[in-house]
Amino acid sequence: MAATTEGTRQFRVIGTRPIRHDGVEKVTGAARYGADYAFPGMLFGRVLRSPHAHAIIKSIKIDKALKLAGVKAIVTAADLPELPDKIEQGGELPINLHHLSCNILARGKAMYDGHAVAAVAATSPHIAEEALRLIEVDYEVLPPMMTVEDAMAPGAAILLPALRNKEDGPDKQTNVAAHVQFKRGDVKDGFAKADHVIERTFKTAMVHQGYIEPHNAVGIYNSDGHATIYCSTQGSFVVRSLSAAVLGIPEGKIRVVPAEIGGGFGGKTTIYLEPLSVLLSQKTGHPVKMTMNRAEVLRATGPTSGGTIRCKMGATKDGKIVAAEIWMAYEAGGFPGSPVPMGAMCIVAPYDIPNIVIDAYDVVVNRPKTAAYRAPGATNAAFASETIVNELAEKCGIDQCDFRILNGAHEGTPQTAGPPYKRIGMIETVEAIKNSPHYKSKLEGKNRGRGVATGFWFNIGFQSSAMVNIHNDGTASVVTGSVDIGGSRASMAIITAEVLGLDVNDVRPLIADTDSIGYTDVTGGSRTTVATGLAVYEAAQDAVRQLKERAAKLWEKKPEEVEFSNGLLSSKSNGVKPMSIKDIVPRLGRTGGPITGRATVNARGVGPAFASTCVDVEVDPDTGKVTILRATIAQDAGKAVHPSYVEGQMQGGTVQGLGWALNEEYFYDAKGVLRNSGLLDYRMPTCLDLPMIETCIVEVPAPGHPIGSRGVGEVSIVPPPAAVANAIANAVGVRMTELPMSPGRVLKAILHKEGASVASAAAD
Amino acid sequence: MHAINYEAPKTLKDAVALLAQHGEKGRPLCGGTDLIIQLRAGVRRPDFVVDVKKITELTHLSYDAKKGLRLGAAVPAIEVCENHDLKRHYPGLVEAAHLIGSNQIQTRASVGGNLCNGSPAADTTPALIALGARARVAGPKGEREVKVEDFCTAPGRTVLAPGELLVEILVDAPKPHSADAYLRFIPRNEMDIAVVGVGSWLHLDGDKVSAARISLGAVAATPLFAAKASESLVGKKLDDAAIDRAAKLAIEQSSPIDDMRGTAEFRRHLVGVLTKRTLHIAAERARKA
Amino acid sequence: MDHKTVVETTINGERMEFLCEPRQSLLEVLRDVLGMTGSKEGCLTGDCGACSVILDGRAMCSCLMLGVEAAGHKIETVEGLAQGSKLHPLQQKFLENASLQCGICTPGFLMSAKALLDHNPHPTEAEIRYALAGNLCRCTGYDKIVHAVLEASKAGASKAA
Repeated sequence: MAATTEGTRQFRVIGTRPIRHDGVEKVTGAARYGADYAFPGMLFGRVLRSPHAHAIIKSIKIDKALKLAGVKAIVTAADLPELPDKIEQGGELPINLHHLSCNILARGKAMYDGHAVAAVAATSPHIAEEALRLIEVDYEVLPPMMTVEDAMAPGAAILLPALRNKEDGPDKQTNVAAHVQFKRGDVKDGFAKADHVIERTFKTAMVHQGYIEPHNAVGIYNSDGHATIYCSTQGSFVVRSLSAAVLGIPEGKIRVVPAEIGGGFGGKTTIYLEPLSVLLSQKTGHPVKMTMNRAEVLRATGPTSGGTIRCKMGATKDGKIVAAEIWMAYEAGGFPGSPVPMGAMCIVAPYDIPNIVIDAYDVVVNRPKTAAYRAPGATNAAFASETIVNELAEKCGIDQCDFRILNGAHEGTPQTAGPPYKRIGMIETVEAIKNSPHYKSKLEGKNRGRGVATGFWFNIGFQSSAMVNIHNDGTASVVTGSVDIGGSRASMAIITAEVLGLDVNDVRPLIADTDSIGYTDVTGGSRTTVATGLAVYEAAQDAVRQLKERAAKLWEKKPEEVEFSNGLLSSKSNGVKPMSIKDIVPRLGRTGGPITGRATVNARGVGPAFASTCVDVEVDPDTGKVTILRATIAQDAGKAVHPSYVEGQMQGGTVQGLGWALNEEYFYDAKGVLRNSGLLDYRMPTCLDLPMIETCIVEVPAPGHPIGSRGVGEVSIVPPPAAVANAIANAVGVRMTELPMSPGRVLKAILHKEGASVASAAAD
Repeated sequence: MHAINYEAPKTLKDAVALLAQHGEKGRPLCGGTDLIIQLRAGVRRPDFVVDVKKITELTHLSYDAKKGLRLGAAVPAIEVCENHDLKRHYPGLVEAAHLIGSNQIQTRASVGGNLCNGSPAADTTPALIALGARARVAGPKGEREVKVEDFCTAPGRTVLAPGELLVEILVDAPKPHSADAYLRFIPRNEMDIAVVGVGSWLHLDGDKVSAARISLGAVAATPLFAAKASESLVGKKLDDAAIDRAAKLAIEQSSPIDDMRGTAEFRRHLVGVLTKRTLHIAAERARKA
Repeated sequence: MDHKTVVETTINGERMEFLCEPRQSLLEVLRDVLGMTGSKEGCLTGDCGACSVILDGRAMCSCLMLGVEAAGHKIETVEGLAQGSKLHPLQQKFLENASLQCGICTPGFLMSAKALLDHNPHPTEAEIRYALAGNLCRCTGYDKIVHAVLEASKAGASKAA
């Protein structure tokens, strides 16, 4: 339910909850995801992966494997062009093409357990798998660097010999890919003014996006040099440009057809199998389908970083935060590019703090190359800062919501990076929690506690294209390039229907391939409803402008004299009978031809997102197990186009955050081999682990957007780990500084507090 | 998966003959919830997979007030969970069966298969050991009975020789004032492999214990019968002191390892916690039984 | 070793025959041999439930059954849920409640939920969560899924009703 709706226009369709247009296909199993495609003569591809975390690849022998009946081709990095070091924008994070290519097929060195080394195409997936066993790779195993501490220590084994950072200069080999610093005011001054200072070191674990659908791609290479890729991706244009770069062919030679996608959360904004499927298709002359199994997904596709955060914050006794000093190092994986800069931009972002210094380090380690995961970098950061905020609130004797409101960022507050905030809803989300039935309820019972946390994500705008076609029966279709991962196509239809005055079921939303629609950036970064919605809005307005011109022609009036409202064309001056779109459509031909509204945008100045989450927990003091009793999230959506799907984003992100808080982590052994490469031991929440997730949509419209929408897809994942930690502190008086807060860790903390240890407690 | 041959014999005699013929190259297929995963991972690579679900002796499930329980090796867990007699007379065993994976897993996975897979963390095995269950094994040399507590010999290994097949599991009819209980600790609420599992069974005589059996799972190379802990209760009043002592002895008998599911330290602590909890539950049930 | 056998079974009420190798799972058979791609592959270890079908009235993971084992059984998949173009109440309630975002887990949930309601027409929230614990969803947080199943049970979705 919406809590605050300030000064929004009254909409007819926007804000309603129609059934999504692709719904029937999805509930009948007819919807086609990438792995559902089949083509005549299709072969199956599989990837051979390094079993070592860090090794030199001395040789790869494929002749035995090639002899296996049914094997049609085998490729290695030698079959791909060597690309120079170059940064390109892909999704939310910058991508280095040389590193990307090496990640797709290892060139000379295996950088993590699961790193792709070769790929096989065969007549059945089983034969392709058997062929993998016959490929002989000679590895020289090297010591793995598995943590940021290991990799940053003096004398650490160097992972990428060519890697340099600005600070250390061109002559120093390093595992630190980048150091970013944000500064404001003078923290020394700030801490001097503080009555309470809290400083703690936090560790978070590497976690995976956990989409249920593994990666897939079907590559079809035509002998005329053109290729088509069918795949489940968040960004078909990114697949096109990156695959083209990796393959060394012009972008225009590749057409990417986005299939339905079974979850992405940022993890499918890059490429893994796509160029391999095209390469194998080129070598065999057949379509080649490649899919990953779950172990490959966990071992070899980008999880997000774990890392270490040292956070020091100070407040005056009346509860004003005066200074924050943060040191954070995130795991980049085998190649640079962790989201540590974003984490730095988001940590303490919900607050108005005059003095800050944040030093952020991107560190390569022998783990899979990280990829974006829903508000990349922000959740780890908030775990640190939001628990310290609670400690400060406690020291000041101020309620955890009031403390946040007191220090809350608002219009004009400086951002860590970028111009001061415009109108935002941070404080409103905290107030919504404070006034929620959840927060107002009394929490009773032993070992139970309540915690609140607030999160920030800056959201992106970027480029989108849209077309609105008016059909002969007066209905319309809206075409965009934004892959639909969560129901966004319904929102596109809603916006179009709103502008055109049509029933939402008379607008059909489609997602087009990379040749059929103009360039469109990824479905990610919480941008789709805002930026593609903007393009759709403008395309629909363009259609309206053309409709008005045609009416004017028919009525022999000037277009400025024609009005369009509630689906009817009419004239300000008299003498004409109003026409609906249905009425005018038969006459479009003779007035100039069919009508297609079009628009392209590069959405700027998009509104950032804030969410506040309240969690009640019960802790079993004998086992350390934490049960989530109740959870409520309040999030500023600006204007919810389809409230059910906004609630869905809020609930989904909250649950991912709860999994991150309680049980999800990568376990590597001493050799750097991933021990939990399956969903048995990579423990994501099941529905039995959770209560209903209560939602509160706050609507503080984003200034400058015609609908007022803010991106909603990501920020919900940011507060939960801190909220849970705060709840545990409230329940049993222990401060957790390591994620996940799995039972063993919580028990250890409880017993430590009681002056005991796990070993001695067992003996009691 | 490597290429396999599939056979589905209809009689016990045929099954034993096939398994004897194939030796190490053959493996029985029951619910498949362990074996198919192992085949895919290349952990087991038999050439022949012998489906035993068509054999009547293995799909038989019966309870008799005098003779007790006969649980065919291939009876899926869900049938154990839904059986009224078993729920009434062996609630701990039913609890354990109900904890195996998900609903979907329980549709296929069998208690017998769980035992034969030989995982130290199998849920139903400690519950069976607590009940003093016996395994009836058929092989080329004839039939034999093995105590369930002796059945598993090492992680993934059992006493079954090539050609041998588990036919059924036998549990005596419950005595009056006796009951079992099973608890396991997992980080989530379902789906996880036990970090620690404890099955307890008590036979009470007034407020004294006339017999007790405590069994531990996931804290050694095989599921264990905690003999010392069990014996410590016999003839004693079942008070907190006795339960604490039993829990301590259970911890001493366990030898857990550190792995991604828990540290040895954590597991030892949990052995104590779960032993106490299951003894309390078993006692309360036994008093009512 | 590569030999295929003919298997006869019943799928969604229809007698069907297919050819498969022993190593092909029921899930592979459904998807790659019969072209019924509604059941999805998520993990191949029985931990996610995306491949759930109903076997003789009970939900099970089709990735953990060999195609050759299907002989003589009755299998229901998501493709058979609707009666012609009339959606099953579960399908309808999933749509009304926005219980799917990416939709990949939806077929598995629908089959698990149908199996539940066929046995237990009026489950409590706790019973629903227990029955569906073997189906993972990463998008929705489960809230709207549980609501949909509760509503479907009230709408008389059970076969027994």
